[in-house]
Amino acid sequence: MNAGSLIEVEGLEVIYGGGKGLFGRQKPGNRVLKGVDLTIGRGEMVGIVGESGSGKTTLGRALLGLVPATAGQIRFDGRAMSGLSKGEMRPLRRRMQMIFQDPMASLNPRHSIRRILSAPLFLHGLARSEAEAETQLAAMLARVSLPPVVLDRSPHELSGGQRQRVGIARAALLRPDFVLADEIVSGLDVSTQAQVLNLLKGLSRDMGLAMAFISHDLSVIRAVCDRVYVLRYGEIVEAGPCARVFDNPQSDYTRLLIDAIPLPEIDPDWLGRTPPTAADGTHRAAPGAGGGGSVLPSGFGRAAAITPLQEKRA
Amino acid sequence: MADLSLPLAVPRHRGKTLRVLLTEPRVVLAGGFLALLLLVALFAPALAPKDPLEQDLMLGTLPPAWLEGAEPGFLLGTDDLGRDVLSRALYGTRIALTVAVTAAGLSALIGTALGLAAGWYGGWADRIISRMVDIWMAFPPVLLSVLLVAVLGSGLHSVIAAIVIIDWTRFCRVIRAETINQAGLDYVTAARAIGFSRRQILFKEILPNVAPVLAALISLEMGIAVIVEAILSFVGLSLSSDTPTWGGMIAQGRQMIHQGWWVLVVPLLALFATVLAFNQLGNGLRVALDPVMRR
Amino acid sequence: MSQPLLSIEALSAISTRDGGQPVLRDVDLTLKRGEVRGLVGESGAGKSTVAKAVLGILPSTVKLTGGWVRFEGQDLMQMKRAAFSALLGRDITLIPQDPQTALNPARSIEAQLTDGLRLKLGLSRTAARARALELMDEVQIRDPARVLAAYPHQLSGGMRQRILIAAAFAPEPKLVVADEPTTALDVTVQKEILRLIRRMQEAHGTAVIFVTHDLGVVAKICDSVTLLYAGKVIEDGPTARLLNALRHAYTRALLSAGPRYDRPDAGLEPVPEAVFAQLRAEIGLSQSNSEGPRS
Repeated sequence: MNAGSLIEVEGLEVIYGGGKGLFGRQKPGNRVLKGVDLTIGRGEMVGIVGESGSGKTTLGRALLGLVPATAGQIRFDGRAMSGLSKGEMRPLRRRMQMIFQDPMASLNPRHSIRRILSAPLFLHGLARSEAEAETQLAAMLARVSLPPVVLDRSPHELSGGQRQRVGIARAALLRPDFVLADEIVSGLDVSTQAQVLNLLKGLSRDMGLAMAFISHDLSVIRAVCDRVYVLRYGEIVEAGPCARVFDNPQSDYTRLLIDAIPLPEIDPDWLGRTPPTAADGTHRAAPGAGGGGSVLPSGFGRAAAITPLQEKRA
Repeated sequence: MADLSLPLAVPRHRGKTLRVLLTEPRVVLAGGFLALLLLVALFAPALAPKDPLEQDLMLGTLPPAWLEGAEPGFLLGTDDLGRDVLSRALYGTRIALTVAVTAAGLSALIGTALGLAAGWYGGWADRIISRMVDIWMAFPPVLLSVLLVAVLGSGLHSVIAAIVIIDWTRFCRVIRAETINQAGLDYVTAARAIGFSRRQILFKEILPNVAPVLAALISLEMGIAVIVEAILSFVGLSLSSDTPTWGGMIAQGRQMIHQGWWVLVVPLLALFATVLAFNQLGNGLRVALDPVMRR
Repeated sequence: MSQPLLSIEALSAISTRDGGQPVLRDVDLTLKRGEVRGLVGESGAGKSTVAKAVLGILPSTVKLTGGWVRFEGQDLMQMKRAAFSALLGRDITLIPQDPQTALNPARSIEAQLTDGLRLKLGLSRTAARARALELMDEVQIRDPARVLAAYPHQLSGGMRQRILIAAAFAPEPKLVVADEPTTALDVTVQKEILRLIRRMQEAHGTAVIFVTHDLGVVAKICDSVTLLYAGKVIEDGPTARLLNALRHAYTRALLSAGPRYDRPDAGLEPVPEAVFAQLRAEIGLSQSNSEGPRS
């Protein structure tokens, strides 16, 4: 395989809720990922885009080994992650970090920012004394442009943008090789979003960090990523360098996604327009201006009713 | 940058837990009352004007000091056996608080341990514990406690044991639900992603977030324990009838309600105020200890 | 020219928490019949406060301190409660933000959709059902009978939002307030919903206040825009003028901060501190209280 790859995923399948029931009945389970192949190079920014129910959050968590794979392989730096013992997993944990969608929920509300940031350092032996930890915290806070006073605050006393910076600092402090960023700017205002994205780009460049950037927002992915995977109902429908995928999308679904993004410019035809489709037929396009939206074929029923929340819980 | 100038402007809400608690009026009032009650219990021998057990039939059924026919020295009157009602009520505080603290403490300990285990580890542990709780809760609690005391024999230890055996389920259920709730939040996933072990996450991340609910539950349970003790005393299953307990006094007062209503009313008011204080403390703690609700 | 449908003049409000911070500062806004007006701003700008003031559903933490809201010449704030209630849900309706929580999970779609028709328009049960079926067809729900019999959890988010749109347009209102109606939806569904709102609005000649934080959405659906910052109107005018002849530095900065899939090298320019300084100077704000932390 490519010597430059940090993460290699082959035929990844994740099924939730399957297995034997209480009385030995076989439960069918919910097949969230249906054979995903994906690679992430060292220092590479990879976007994973998809709508709700696409399985993108599950894919991210599976990359970190937080969700068990039902089938398929995930290799991190050449080592297969399945079957690693807790002891073998511990050092890997430091090397792969995560930044969360909701910075409020991802920071323990009862801990101070100091404790949230320093505990991982002690856990992984990156700091042996309070003073050592404090030095690293100070440097990292400066790097993410947070004033030192935040250390004594608790998460709810910070603004959304500040909390997201704390989340980024927590991940970066462990000097990982890979960071998973799951919808991390979706709740932020555009001005804050720009700051956070620039910060991530800078950190990735300076630290040689590889990142998987999960988002529903193609514009955000285009701004920060080198390559993109388009995920739909647990399958990759398109993959490639951002320039190619955005400028010349091959799949109808990618085209539909791109077309649906409202750009801030006057375009009276946009509302009525539907992207040209190949005779795909899985996504019935709306017939013209008067036609209005079709409902996805599975719109009535459980499949399309999976919200990101349910997906997360599952 | 816009959001960087902010933290200086934000008033600090953190600080000593005690200081936070003192900003919640319910905690201050109810906590103050209960602290007073504790002092009364500790110094009952010094505070009580008379010996609570001393009988003097000549001085039976004396009314409180402000009514006609009162005798000096018996502020709240006497019962039919001539025992000082005030002194008996003050001594009754001892039993009430002993039961409240030990019974609530022990049921919290057992219930929380099982609730955390069920909620955090899930699987078989959860199935067994939850099933046990379901079965437990199918018994009517008052009947069960009467039955238990009847089996264990009457006495303070049996009363406490009965309350613990019945009420650990209350803690177990709530703590289990709260643990599951917390476990679903991203900060727990964050701790897993960082590499903390499950034990570490349970004690360092989840437990502090479950603590406010636990504190509230404990004070509510103390109120319940006081009532249960009173009920068992009332039906004569707690302590021997000459030991001063509120429940015993109420039972006695009920029989002589037409001759001396104060024998019933004084312990009833003490019981009412104490239980109300525990409940208000519980509600206040829940609000005051929640870092988000506190704002 | 006829009088505007809605005119808001010098509307001011303060927060009752945070020591009386202004939430709205002399907001002016006029809306013609059949006009779609975008109400845009970042979080804390006051956009949904304006919308809530029109609907008379301000939270208790916000207090109006001055100004008028006139609907067809009548001052909504001075109006009798009963008259205002009659107006709401008939002449003014709401499309809520979150289709997940805006429908009662325990009632069928039919029950919820016909409530307003029966209550506000006095339709009989059968007439309301007939009208509901008609509306379902209008918002392009296939198999309307089946959807009417369904419960909210059986429907996708986009479908629920369609139903809420049908409910909002059901009484033929003159004004629909849409509070971030597509924020919780996927982009492809968002486009369908925007298209639907625009088409319903055009077909019925309804005026719409469209609250959003997304200038892209504004560009696609709104005739005119009011841009707020910290409760003050920064821009006001036709959408084309706002986007093509950018007048305020803040508007320009917002547009350059947002990433664009078609221009990978543009976007992500943080809003310069100078722009915030200018805004603060215009509003007359001191250094630090431009935006509160949100919890």
